[in-house]
Amino acid sequence: MNLHEYQAKQLFSRYGIAVSSGLVADSPKAARSAAASLGGNLWVVKAQVHAGGRGKAGGVKLAKSLDEVQQHTAAMLGQRLVTKQTGADGLPINKVFVEAGSAIERELYLSMVVDRAAERIAFMASASGGMDIEEVASSTPEKIFTVAINPGAGLQPYQVRKLGFGLGLTAPQMKQFANMCANLYKLFVDCDLSLLEINPLIVNATGDLLALDAKINIEDNSLFRQPGLIAMRDSSQEDEMESRAAAHDLNYVSLDGNIACMVNGAGLAMATMDLIKLHGGRPANFLDVGGGATPERVSEAFKLILSNPSVTAILVNIFGGIVRCDLIAEGIIQAVKEINVSVPVVARLEGTNVEKGKALLAESGLAITAADDLTDAARKVVAAAA
Amino acid sequence: MSILVNKHSRIVCQGITGRQGSFHTEQCIDYGTKVVAGVTPGRGGERHLGVPVYDSTHDAVREEGADVSMIYVPAAFAADAILEAADAGIKVIVCITEGIPVLDMVRVKAGLKDYDCRLIGPNCPGIITPGEAKIGIMPGFIHKPGRVGIISRSGTLTYEAVYQTTNNGLGQTTCVGIGGDPIRGMNFIHCLELFEKDPATDGIIMVGEIGGSDEEAAARYIKQHVSKPVVSYIAGVTAPAGKRMGHAGAIISGGEGTADAKFAALEAAGVCTVRSPAELGSAMLKLLQG
Repeated sequence: MNLHEYQAKQLFSRYGIAVSSGLVADSPKAARSAAASLGGNLWVVKAQVHAGGRGKAGGVKLAKSLDEVQQHTAAMLGQRLVTKQTGADGLPINKVFVEAGSAIERELYLSMVVDRAAERIAFMASASGGMDIEEVASSTPEKIFTVAINPGAGLQPYQVRKLGFGLGLTAPQMKQFANMCANLYKLFVDCDLSLLEINPLIVNATGDLLALDAKINIEDNSLFRQPGLIAMRDSSQEDEMESRAAAHDLNYVSLDGNIACMVNGAGLAMATMDLIKLHGGRPANFLDVGGGATPERVSEAFKLILSNPSVTAILVNIFGGIVRCDLIAEGIIQAVKEINVSVPVVARLEGTNVEKGKALLAESGLAITAADDLTDAARKVVAAAA
Repeated sequence: MSILVNKHSRIVCQGITGRQGSFHTEQCIDYGTKVVAGVTPGRGGERHLGVPVYDSTHDAVREEGADVSMIYVPAAFAADAILEAADAGIKVIVCITEGIPVLDMVRVKAGLKDYDCRLIGPNCPGIITPGEAKIGIMPGFIHKPGRVGIISRSGTLTYEAVYQTTNNGLGQTTCVGIGGDPIRGMNFIHCLELFEKDPATDGIIMVGEIGGSDEEAAARYIKQHVSKPVVSYIAGVTAPAGKRMGHAGAIISGGEGTADAKFAALEAAGVCTVRSPAELGSAMLKLLQG
């Protein structure tokens, strides 16, 4: 789950991590009064969307007067921001963050991730802030400094020094930085984060360190023990189909093709998409109905994939292990009848009671084509979708 | 022969009285697996599915000589269950539970360094040595004792590989579902090492998926240390970047973890890769007959 910048900064403040001063607003007037209460004569209006690359996409605007703050906000709110991370549809701007302008001496980069290879939380720092860090990592990896934290021992001063020297900090800044890292580590662990990124972390005119931007992802498996963070969820920033699927415990990801898939198991679901592509088709989605493919879940899954207007054929691919194929076949038949499925359905069933399952599909009189194996299924559905 | 578990393995099920634990333990017992005990704190002294229930895994080890644990404990308590099993002296810990917080697994992995044990999973179908011991949620009947070792991050894709090698007569020595989480116990490399040493295993099928770089590490390992033929498939060629594809670990992030990169690494290591999971069995048959 992602948070907005303004929410991430609220968390930062709660943990004593210095952020630029700013206020969130959901109307041009509110933005104007936010700017007025912040004071000064330079502000930045930042669109609040769950995506990076906002600056280049016009989602970050400098304002030199209260009128400009109001104008920029009016121009942003209600629009959709398309950045290189959002896809063509973009994301809706429902709020802006109005920030007091900062004099920037240096732009640095600091992030934390759960490092899969090290199996630990890791800090990454680079003096090349404000840039695309993936680019820095691939072109000049020596400019990125990394430390992985032993969960028993916690963050150690030598690790902070390694990062701080890498960033070229002065002695007083090093002290601030050590504090900041300790607080960030506490925040990361307390809130079960999977990613935290400050890009840029700035040194301002008075030589102080400040988080100018803030990005936070909360690890999905941990949400059950983070009720306070769940309350910060903004579903307007999430794919509508994916949210609907999640509400029914289905794993769904939208793709841009026309052949819908319904599969049990995440690995097989990905493999099914790949097979469709391999045979010249384009998958419309990833959908894992889970190990217990009950008639109810199959029915919900059908409703979900049929609400995508691009779909011209459906491939059902179930390896019935513990769940019997005849039960799954009944679920498919029931769903196709109930929802009035109007596009061709190809079903590949394998596993327990497969013959019974296939017979049920054949006898149903519905437009369901049974496939013999994975390859046959992919060929048949690609042909049916054309 | 086999790896990790066999007909002598004495299994304790942690979470045996829960719905999942009950259902799957019964299936394991029906398969012929030697389940000797269950653990549910607070229910020690009861019997369930014909085996004694204990308050702790330590009790089950002491009283019944359990040496393998199968965990169905809910995600919120699973990390504790894994560390309890390790502390009780269990040698092979199989954690089926899905949805364990990743930072719990960070702590578990650090904690397990104190013990001489192996963790399989979490978020996995488990491990099976056909005809001897089924420890997990896989359908037992599709397996057949034989010559191929199988390692996979995905449950249902393991079943595909199993089913194909059963149908073409090769059969399996042991099948290990290592799980779909980003931080897990045994990895491809650990299983490859054991299969390479196992005299009954003639070939190895390795099924990977997008996310992380474990397949790349496995490719390097195979090139240096594995003499047996390896067939491999990677799921997720069509997966978009930045999206979690069902499994917590199946995500391409920062350009890392693509299926193409994994295929390329495996091919460079001389592994026989297939672009369709339907060809895993036939490719292995060809290599073993060749």
